[in-house]
Amino acid sequence: MTTALASRYAAEYQTLAPALPGQTLSWLTALRGEALEQFSVQGFPSPREEEWRYTNVSAIEKKLFSPATRVTASPVDSDWLKSYQLEDAWSVVLVDGHFSAELSVLNGLPENISVMGMADALAKQPDKLENYINQAVNSSEHGFIAFNTAWFTDGLFVHVAAKQVLAKPIQVLHISTQNDVLTATRTVIVADEMAEANVIETFVGLDNAYLSAAVTEVFVGANAQITLYKMQCESEKAYHFGGIYVKQSRDARFNHHNFAFGGLLARCDIHTDLDQASECELNGLYLGIKRQHIDNHTRINHLKPHGISRELYKGVLDDRARGVFQGRVIVAEDAQKTDSQMNNRNLLLSSDAEADTKPQLEIYADDVKCGHGVTVGQLDEKSVFYLQSRCVDEETARNILTFAFANEMVDKVKIKGLHDRVLEQVLVRFPQEGVEKSWL
Amino acid sequence: MLSIKNLTVNVNDKQILKGINLEIKAGEIHAIMGPNGSGKSTLSHILSGKGGYTVTGGSVIYQGKDLLAMPPEIRAREGVFLAFQYPVEIPGVSNIYLLKAALNSIRKHHGQPEVDAMDFLTLVKGKIRLLEMDEKFLYRAVNEGFSGGEKKRNEILQMAILEPKLCILDETDSGLDIDALKVVAEGVNSLRSPERSFVMVTHYQRLLDYIKPDFVHVLANGQIVKSGGAELALELEEKGYSWLEDTQAAA
Repeated sequence: MTTALASRYAAEYQTLAPALPGQTLSWLTALRGEALEQFSVQGFPSPREEEWRYTNVSAIEKKLFSPATRVTASPVDSDWLKSYQLEDAWSVVLVDGHFSAELSVLNGLPENISVMGMADALAKQPDKLENYINQAVNSSEHGFIAFNTAWFTDGLFVHVAAKQVLAKPIQVLHISTQNDVLTATRTVIVADEMAEANVIETFVGLDNAYLSAAVTEVFVGANAQITLYKMQCESEKAYHFGGIYVKQSRDARFNHHNFAFGGLLARCDIHTDLDQASECELNGLYLGIKRQHIDNHTRINHLKPHGISRELYKGVLDDRARGVFQGRVIVAEDAQKTDSQMNNRNLLLSSDAEADTKPQLEIYADDVKCGHGVTVGQLDEKSVFYLQSRCVDEETARNILTFAFANEMVDKVKIKGLHDRVLEQVLVRFPQEGVEKSWL
Repeated sequence: MLSIKNLTVNVNDKQILKGINLEIKAGEIHAIMGPNGSGKSTLSHILSGKGGYTVTGGSVIYQGKDLLAMPPEIRAREGVFLAFQYPVEIPGVSNIYLLKAALNSIRKHHGQPEVDAMDFLTLVKGKIRLLEMDEKFLYRAVNEGFSGGEKKRNEILQMAILEPKLCILDETDSGLDIDALKVVAEGVNSLRSPERSFVMVTHYQRLLDYIKPDFVHVLANGQIVKSGGAELALELEEKGYSWLEDTQAAA
């Protein structure tokens, strides 16, 4: 990244800054100032950095994306929106990075639960947010985080008080509607001790080139549980960065389901720190076609004893698509009795498709159970024969098994409204004829 | 129904079947017994069309047609069913999806319209009771996380729904406890009919206590070394396979 470009963004920032939320909060303006400075020096990450070696974001440099001014009228079609927005959920809808009261659904929230747009939260609960913003992640980690910290216009804030178990999921829907628009959003999710919540992040866009740069920080209290779903269905011309940074307290459980379907170039970070006996499960499915580049980068940091982590990422890559999986598991010296298993499986449907996979175990404790497995290849021939022996012709068998490879991850989604929407996206890629959807 | 003549088969240039001759008529049950490595599983794989084998000689005629010339799915649609020794787990595909895809493939092959969803459910639910299985099985992924007994029962369920003409049971009894074996055997017995034939490949005589064969063949070292009635299985149980292997060696 040229510094010239970074300074172009920085110059634009000066005109943008007065409109950003939280301008009266000195702690936030200080964070934004530092982040801007960091970004001006670093720019976006380069493939020279080890954790970005397979993903070159220089294409973003060729464009200058600009933040949208506040959007008032909704420019999106309601039927289109229904294929992403759950009926039975509280939802915060962000259009081009700004909260839309018209599209959001926040009525009937129980007491002790905060669900609101980030700009709104910075106005109403600034002291609370001071404890969380940039506490699960550091702007110096890489350019996108610094960029997001300086630029974020809105986002989602969720706070679930101790022992509260949410009856409905919370959805944040990011919609990009304009060409060349830049959206930077910040989400903070907090579950206090023994609270439980399901949160869904959905990214969609109209058929434009745009840049989404989202950062999510998650704080899972002692013995609390958060299940976070990400459904990334950006337009096929879009650039997407989404980073999820998690702090798990003692006995906390964090489950993540990452569906990466869209974007010309999409990168997702999922980093989590585990305390004593915390558990995390990271599931991912990426489907690449044409010239898509989809990168998932996970880091599981076992800091204390008795932690459990399970990770399964699956990719199906066709045409000239490229999938990247970098999974790091770090077991600190103090994290004895850690039980960790990481798997990445890739299916290549074309000879021009590519999968780069790099699992890394860094173990500093001596009494642990850690494993990893990686496969890059074609369908299992035993399964193909099994279906043929059940009367199914070879081509149909391969179609069914490719669908099934992806569907295994969809099956893990326990929220029906979301399950059906994700399944719909998978069926667009791998249509299954002559079978009832409820049977899939 | 099935006529195997002087069949020889190689795997990686090694001869596994060394001239098999077998005639199976409609309605008959044939048991093929033999020690490990005798070629039992190879025979069932060859009949179902599994890859990795080279037929070097002989013929297999099924209902007047050259079975070996057909791709596996055509054999299946024509009524050949293999119950696998090790049924494959397929995460992401529900049992009911597989069953419907299979049944509709057969119907299409015979120029019949696809089965209606409601009629199909009625059919499947009737069969599932027969095998003492829970309806929930239908919506679970094929064999995923099933116990050994559940997998074998699932094979018989598929067989009951697809109503094949020639059923090949490859070591269906292996790894089953006596209760599971009885359920599986009852399922098989309920499918017996004058139009349907069975080939049961097994290592153990016990299965034949529950499914009575018309003929027993002993396969050793790639050849059928002895054929007889159901009583041959008992004799074999008493004397062990070495009895026949020794006889063969002497000859």
